[in-house]
Amino acid sequence: MAVNRVGAVLVAGGGVAGIQAALDLAEGGFRVYLVDEAFALGGKVPLLSRTFPTNECSLCSFSPWLAECARHPNLTILTNTRVEDVAGEPGRFRVILRRLPRGVDPEQCKACGECAAVCPVEIPDAFNMGFSTRKAIFQPYPQAYPRAFAIDRGACLECTLCVAACPAGAVTLDEPERTREIEVGAVILCPGYEPFDPTPLENLGYGRFSDVVTGLEFERLLSVGGPFGGRLARPSDGRAPRSIAWIQCVGSRNRALGREYCSAVCCMAALKAAVTAREQAEGPLETVIFYQEMRTFGKGFERYRRRAEQAGVCLWRAGVDSVRQVEDGGLELRYADEQGAGRRVFDLVVLSVGVQPPSGAVELARRLGLKPDRHGFCTPAAPGGTAAVRPGVFAAGAFAGPKDIAGAVIESSAAAAEAAALLAGARGAEKRGETLAPGRDVRKEVPRVGVVVCRCGTNIAGVVSVPVVVRSAEKLDGVALALEMTHACSEDSLSRIRDVVREYGLNRLVVAACSPRSHKPLFQQVLREAGINAYLCEMANIRDHCAWVHTNARVATAKACKLVAMAVAKARLLEPVIDVTVPVVPAALVVGAGPSGLAAALGLAEQGFEVHLVEKEAQAGGGYRPGPGDGLPDAQSVRSLAEQTLQHPLVRFYPDNEPVAVDGHVGQFHTRLRGGQTVRHGTVVLATGAREARPDGYLYGEHPAVCTLTKAERQPDPDAGTVVFIQCVGSRSKERPYCSRTCCRRSLQLALKMKEVDPERNIYVLFRDLVVYGADEELYTCARSRGIVFIRYQPRGEPALAPAGKQVTVAITDPVLKRPIRIAADLVILAAATEASGDSRALAHLFKVPTDRDGFFLEAHTTLRPVDFSAAGVFMCGDAAGPKTLSESLLEGRAVATRCAAVLSKGEVRARGVYARVSPDRCAACLRCVRVCPFNVPVIVGNTSRIEPVQCQGCGICVAECPNRAIHLIGYRQEQLLALLRAGLREVAG
Amino acid sequence: MNPNPRIIAFCCCNCAYAAADLAGSLRVAYDPEITIVAIPCTGAVEPAVVLSAFEEGADGVFVAGCLDGECRYKSGNLRARERVQTLRAALEHIGLEAERLEMYQVSAAMAARFGEIAGEFAARIRGLPPSPVRQRGKSGVSGVDRG
Repeated sequence: MAVNRVGAVLVAGGGVAGIQAALDLAEGGFRVYLVDEAFALGGKVPLLSRTFPTNECSLCSFSPWLAECARHPNLTILTNTRVEDVAGEPGRFRVILRRLPRGVDPEQCKACGECAAVCPVEIPDAFNMGFSTRKAIFQPYPQAYPRAFAIDRGACLECTLCVAACPAGAVTLDEPERTREIEVGAVILCPGYEPFDPTPLENLGYGRFSDVVTGLEFERLLSVGGPFGGRLARPSDGRAPRSIAWIQCVGSRNRALGREYCSAVCCMAALKAAVTAREQAEGPLETVIFYQEMRTFGKGFERYRRRAEQAGVCLWRAGVDSVRQVEDGGLELRYADEQGAGRRVFDLVVLSVGVQPPSGAVELARRLGLKPDRHGFCTPAAPGGTAAVRPGVFAAGAFAGPKDIAGAVIESSAAAAEAAALLAGARGAEKRGETLAPGRDVRKEVPRVGVVVCRCGTNIAGVVSVPVVVRSAEKLDGVALALEMTHACSEDSLSRIRDVVREYGLNRLVVAACSPRSHKPLFQQVLREAGINAYLCEMANIRDHCAWVHTNARVATAKACKLVAMAVAKARLLEPVIDVTVPVVPAALVVGAGPSGLAAALGLAEQGFEVHLVEKEAQAGGGYRPGPGDGLPDAQSVRSLAEQTLQHPLVRFYPDNEPVAVDGHVGQFHTRLRGGQTVRHGTVVLATGAREARPDGYLYGEHPAVCTLTKAERQPDPDAGTVVFIQCVGSRSKERPYCSRTCCRRSLQLALKMKEVDPERNIYVLFRDLVVYGADEELYTCARSRGIVFIRYQPRGEPALAPAGKQVTVAITDPVLKRPIRIAADLVILAAATEASGDSRALAHLFKVPTDRDGFFLEAHTTLRPVDFSAAGVFMCGDAAGPKTLSESLLEGRAVATRCAAVLSKGEVRARGVYARVSPDRCAACLRCVRVCPFNVPVIVGNTSRIEPVQCQGCGICVAECPNRAIHLIGYRQEQLLALLRAGLREVAG
Repeated sequence: MNPNPRIIAFCCCNCAYAAADLAGSLRVAYDPEITIVAIPCTGAVEPAVVLSAFEEGADGVFVAGCLDGECRYKSGNLRARERVQTLRAALEHIGLEAERLEMYQVSAAMAARFGEIAGEFAARIRGLPPSPVRQRGKSGVSGVDRG
């Protein structure tokens, strides 16, 4: 193509998927415009009380991502902005953006809340799902970024009280809409989802009974930031419910509504909500989930389900017919289960409503020439990819089909890979990197601390007497200058700080203002610009930890003085930190040439990086390689992927080979292969796959009519009139307490094919829960309509097999009729479990990375870093990280390519400023640090411990554990903390 | 018994410190005697530093880290908890009440809980006499390794 490509990407949608794609591309050297129509980034994640399967507070894990977005020099965040049009061609699009009025300048706003305090309008708070109220001028949610207020146009009376009240002059009521045009090379759409509105389903009573709520509404009821502060209460009267029912599949898997797909997340969401509710309940609580299929297919999900059941969550397989209110405010559910019809009263009913694409996003997709499916989802043009039908436009996250957070993160990284491949030549062209001048060497200078005390408008000054704090600071040892500022973070103040640092020859800076979590990077940057090492900056949090929480002016002022004294005492002892960098070898090692390894290798090569692809077997393709893969569905597509990858000039293929020794770390790995070669690489991808477990029992290996699913897949037209599929053979068992995720889907595909070839054939599927999620639900619907018979069995009621000549008799109890059934089968297909391969463990040991209890690789963070190991520069993809479908494996491979590219494109890796440093003269090589480091970073070299700065995560655990105080954490040396404590505990203060 | 206690709170930046920030945003008031010290992870809190706080006259110290399973560094909070247990025994040994030291666990969203913890701990320390170390002035507690 003759287009001169633009090294910039538009990411539309600032939820978890959009943020991931944006950060990935920004890290990889592309300029990114992250656009969201809302007033704040975050999408749906901030609404959740916790995330499954780890039960983590969603904001705790997500906030650092938001902060990183806000700080990234390559990332421009445009909130309250709508994408109007995209014209041009792949590589060079012109995008028209419309900025909707916010009414508050986010650059000026200090989020003090003075405006909301005077605003006379009180309306339901959409963030809390209307369970509480907010003002017409509001902050979307407490931790929102941009950390600024906004005006709800629809509710605003234009009384101008807020304009007068704002101490920063940030409110403008008559702000016009503005359009602007930007140029980008690619577009990624991540507009997320919206919950199904259950109001039309009148039988469920939503909208009529206030104690019938949706799943997302219940998340707010559970949240510590929600309307009841985390106290479990029902909306109607604020009383603690004694029983809660969940109704699954509301607006999902529903043909009558034309919504046939499975929403994929509701089963786990309900389990999590039930577990959380039980934990938060003050008294006994009954929790019942009414469901049809419980789909716990993700990593750790089945174990989660078991734990939930053990904790007392009742799973009740029943269809709920209606909900009606009874006398004492209770809600009566009428249901039908295998025993027949029944009714039961609950205090609160949660509808697990399905997900659907946001209507505005569907319109946008159509406007851009994409072809959303009939439900509105923007499914990929080819499975395992993210490209939409219009070249240069990609879709990821829930908009591309229902999925959980981890799935969205993987898919958006994959979309980033495809966008980066398209724009490979333009990487870095639009980048706004920072050049760092080396700071003045201040180590021999006497400390000259400059103290800036921020008034934060009236936020601090309204309670704390700032002049008093300034005067007390002036008297402190080492302080050369103390001054106050109205807003230390405003542009003019920052430039003044820069000037005074130079003018007064300051060599330390203490800013007494708000939280270092949000503002320290800003002041560090200013100090750096003034020619002083950034690590010579310290903050005292006299707003969040003082003025905002203490109302007595005298007490608050004294405390502020003390906090400043502590910061100064520590600042005097701060040392400059020279950023440690190591050059990066711009090549990746990919171990395993199955589908995901191939996708990773090709993804990297297409982005211009050299790839060493190592494969144990003679041929690429993993389970799909010629021989074992012959006749498998999709074998052809994997083989063409293999061909394309191996032919790529940047890919070096090492068949019949494997790593045997590894040295080095991120940026600089040296790996020796069994074939004798030594490979130098900056990152490594472990993609060693998994294997089909050998079935135990069911006459496997004893009778010729019994075989595994993988074997049967090669022969879709067997000589068999009656075929029986048995699901969950070896999965969801005591030995393997996980769902193998792909077997139901593959079994149904095969069954349908067999039926297609010979419609007369009798096919039975014996199953526990039929796990086909998302659009794959259609396979289930289709199979039933073709006459395939489904019989459910329970653990301990497993089908019994007996040989009967050439046939096998399969005996099972019909769950509805409670009568034994005998099937004379010509062929019995066992959906055998997927298990971790032995190679994974060996490789994990070699690269010092962990595996989980089932032998699969263990990711750094289940939801937000699903393909990263916690060790820097080491990544995983495909079945080796847990069973998954071919499409999912390919997506993971692409996602990993992005994660690697972010490291490889940089030229060097930089250690963060806080890392552990060993004093060799004190180290006795006792191995304590080696044992306690959660990331396996310390190694003993000679007779001393060595901690590589670029690998160190900066937790300081080794520091506290070292018996000889041979290790210290930069910025948290014992002397520094001691000085700080001494200043904080001095008798005069307080 | 001690109207003006001096309390040091070592707070992990990933959770408790963030919860305290949020407590600020939500104006959750708590006792001004509590002085928060930021640390990257509770796992980094050296026993000697905790003892130094007492030596410098703190009447109470609490360490606040992430909830179980939420430590950004996997096990830092668990190690801190163990260490606090050991240190409590050590405090008794040198004649200070074990209750003067506590470990709490909160998430970044638990602003109200942070306020509760602060109030609870401050009340507890107020109920104890002023630290004997503080009364003795700067003479210090024996056995603290100051390196």
